[in-house]
Amino acid sequence: MTNTQKVLGAAAALALTGGTALADPALIYDLGGKYDKSFNEAAFNGAERWKAETGGTYREIELQSEAQREQALRRFAEAGLNPIAMTGFAFKSVLEEVAADYPDTKFEIIDDLVDAPNVRSIVFAEHEGSYLVGMMAAMASKSNTVGFVGGMDIPLIRKFACGYAQGAKAVDPETTVLQNMTGTTAEAWADPVKGSELARAQIGQGADVIFAAAGTTGLGVLQAAADEGILSIGVDSNQNHLHPGQVLTSMVKGVDVAVYSAFKAGDALETGMFRLGLAEDGVGYAMDDNNKDLVTPEMIDAVEAAKAKIISGEIAVHDYMSDNTCPVK
Amino acid sequence: MSAMPKWADLVLIPLISLSLAALLSALVILGIGEDPVAAVRMMVTGALGSTYAWGYTLYYATNFIFTGLAVSVAFHARLFNIGGEGQATLGGLGVALVCLALPWPHWALALPAAALGAALFGAAWAAIPAWLQARRGSHIVITTIMFNFIAASLLNYLLVNVLRPVGSMDPSTARFADGTHLPTLHDLLAPFGIAFSKAAPANISFLLALAASVAVWLLIWRSRLGYEIRALGHSEPAAIYAGIRPVRTVMWAMLISGALAGLMAVNTVMGEAERLVLNSVEGAGFIGIAVALMGRNHPVGVFLAAILFGFLYQGGAELALWTDIPRELIVVIQALVILFTGALDNMVRMPLERLFLALQKGPA
Repeated sequence: MTNTQKVLGAAAALALTGGTALADPALIYDLGGKYDKSFNEAAFNGAERWKAETGGTYREIELQSEAQREQALRRFAEAGLNPIAMTGFAFKSVLEEVAADYPDTKFEIIDDLVDAPNVRSIVFAEHEGSYLVGMMAAMASKSNTVGFVGGMDIPLIRKFACGYAQGAKAVDPETTVLQNMTGTTAEAWADPVKGSELARAQIGQGADVIFAAAGTTGLGVLQAAADEGILSIGVDSNQNHLHPGQVLTSMVKGVDVAVYSAFKAGDALETGMFRLGLAEDGVGYAMDDNNKDLVTPEMIDAVEAAKAKIISGEIAVHDYMSDNTCPVK
Repeated sequence: MSAMPKWADLVLIPLISLSLAALLSALVILGIGEDPVAAVRMMVTGALGSTYAWGYTLYYATNFIFTGLAVSVAFHARLFNIGGEGQATLGGLGVALVCLALPWPHWALALPAAALGAALFGAAWAAIPAWLQARRGSHIVITTIMFNFIAASLLNYLLVNVLRPVGSMDPSTARFADGTHLPTLHDLLAPFGIAFSKAAPANISFLLALAASVAVWLLIWRSRLGYEIRALGHSEPAAIYAGIRPVRTVMWAMLISGALAGLMAVNTVMGEAERLVLNSVEGAGFIGIAVALMGRNHPVGVFLAAILFGFLYQGGAELALWTDIPRELIVVIQALVILFTGALDNMVRMPLERLFLALQKGPA
């Protein structure tokens, strides 16, 4: 390489980093898309909240394929962005390698644990939140049959399903819980047509409340439920507004808070592993004007009582991922 | 017959096609309210402006050299192998199985074994469509494209159910051991005092791709098999009359084509990801068709076209990272280049031929 090229290269590198003030944070969305109205969009909302409050700017990218993960991560780290947040367990393996190469950059991974000194890992107790919405589903159901549509068939989504089933059975052990997964690859997060088909199949089997934990696929589930005149339950973000009066509630997960607080902390981001459950308000059920007529005071009382008991430890919700089994079907 | 001088055919036509594609892309970028000049500048600095950028451009180019060569070899026998995607997918499986099977002490041992695995798996995946074409006359375009889907489903099944390590949620194999990690250009150039970016994935597979280019040139223009392949491609009855066995030649052409496509996986699976993930081919099998068309099925042309597409890929990735130009539009830009250099080749060629004819007639 000639000297001119070196100079040009250095100038280009300067021009690139010069465009973005040093230490802007960055956010990488996993497959499924930024506007999934669910998991990724929750992260986006957290980042936007930070932007609105601080007037800062951040970088973001939507992944299109599995093979892009490492390049996106390295490129952001290389450009000096800090901290870098990413949504999804699928970053675990890539981050384990990349984090070591950029010791001065702080990373935040949501939904899986990476053991590195510069990584903040956030996992949620989805089974606890799912337990609560499972109770509400069983109480709202007239047919005594409730449904669950998952995205990709992985332990994490089974954890949702298992918590949901436990909650439903806690209300009435005779409740039937129908469970379907959309697929085995990341494409299962982005297939609303299949989501709608699965929802219709469950409705055909008598389900009158369906919980979707499936990213963009879940939008198809909610749509089908609204079309067929039954209730649905949203996930990750508050999805009650998508079909007002027809979404019973949403199992919200504090992805937005995780991104917001990471961006706010900036370089001072505290690393380590964090588990956010009901006690930490990391998960919960969403109440607003759209669903206030659907949720009876009895439901609220029962769910609040269960929530207090879960926090105190009186009710132990089984975590599917602790042993990859579920005590109820 | 050919009215044009060779330089016009090889240089002028691709240049005009590229300019047309660039012009149309600029209009599209203007149409969505972005600045095309800034976009081009970002693509150039992002793909060529630093050793990091070059590292990615060459990494992508390596993939396209392999798939471009694969399409070229088959095309010399007038076989349109559009199954590079599936053959490279299977090549990745071959690489992964080799890398995971043994505790490799050093990459110098692992590389030939993995390359062999990649080539064998890629060739095997091309063998069935080749046989169906040679024996049964099933059109190779249909069968190879079908095999792409079968390959994707097969890999999907294997990664989810068989190769995924216990406790992992991501459908991918375990990470390969350190003994299989290929030296990157950073490692290769360091002894010469050249500081190449450490983070970029370009690796020794690039040299493998160059070697493959030379080998393909020797095969097609300097070997008996290459002559048979070309003869068959020009006229099957004439080739048969000359004593060339078409079934055997078709099989060889497709096996070599599949092996070359499979070799791409050495770069992506072993060189970059160091584990097998879904979609590791990322469309390189299809880009190979454009690369071969643009490179006129000659290794030198394939090399140059592969560098161009490496630039477009890496430049496009940079645009996606740093601008608000939506990802879909970057695909549109890449597609325009493919459209103009490949499908619309004759649109530029025919008027140009007429022009040269007129010029030749004029002075005479």
